Amino acid sequence: MRRRSAVAGLLVSVLPALGAAEPDLEAAVRAWAGSAAPRDGRVKLVIAELVENGNAVPVTVRVDSAMTPADHVTEIVLFNQRNPQRDVARFQLGPQNGRAEVSTRIRLATTQQIVALARLNDGSVWQQRVDVLVTLAACVEG
Amino acid sequence: MSTRALIHLPAPIARGSVFEIRTALAHAMETGHRRDSGGVLLPRDIATRFECRLDGALVFGADLYPAIAANPYIAFTLRAERPGELSFAWEGDRGLRHQETRRLVLA
Repeated sequence: MRRRSAVAGLLVSVLPALGAAEPDLEAAVRAWAGSAAPRDGRVKLVIAELVENGNAVPVTVRVDSAMTPADHVTEIVLFNQRNPQRDVARFQLGPQNGRAEVSTRIRLATTQQIVALARLNDGSVWQQRVDVLVTLAACVEG
Repeated sequence: MSTRALIHLPAPIARGSVFEIRTALAHAMETGHRRDSGGVLLPRDIATRFECRLDGALVFGADLYPAIAANPYIAFTLRAERPGELSFAWEGDRGLRHQETRRLVLA
């Protein structure tokens, strides 16, 4: 019994260090989405499925939305599965943008899944996931 | 060191149309995860924030992380409702601050 509590104490002392570690992809998605459950659809993530150079991979995210004051996208985010950090970018937009579409270029440290999510003004969250095979990794780990 | 940025607006821009703005900042976006040849971790040096404003009102914002490639490229759209002054601002590590302005002229 005493040994068990000693082990428990050890676990507790280790946990804060684990808490500081980077969350996995699903934890990052949940933390961003909050109470909304991401649904498949409405989001189109355009990225090559086979990437020769992970240093600058073109990405476009398009969301099917009228972008009117009554019905629009408020945020588009990109997460990755296996770079050192889960976040890639978070974009804030609104009806003034006319279309829910953003493009950028990203780094991919290795073969992994990329997720694009969009939050609408009604609170719903939509997503698309793409598995990307990387043959030459970005030098993020040195 | 002066920072440079590229901003591309189409021309002409018809009133009421939706047009694309393409931006790029000349910046290494050092991730903070790489080591030099001696094994010393290179400190993170990235642009963390981009904002576009029309006559001072925020019309598009972006939070950027080390997974954004060097010379961060961001393209987005805007509905051409009224002419005005577009400002583009980047902020980030090591006191990075860069701003550009462009006239938004509608045909």
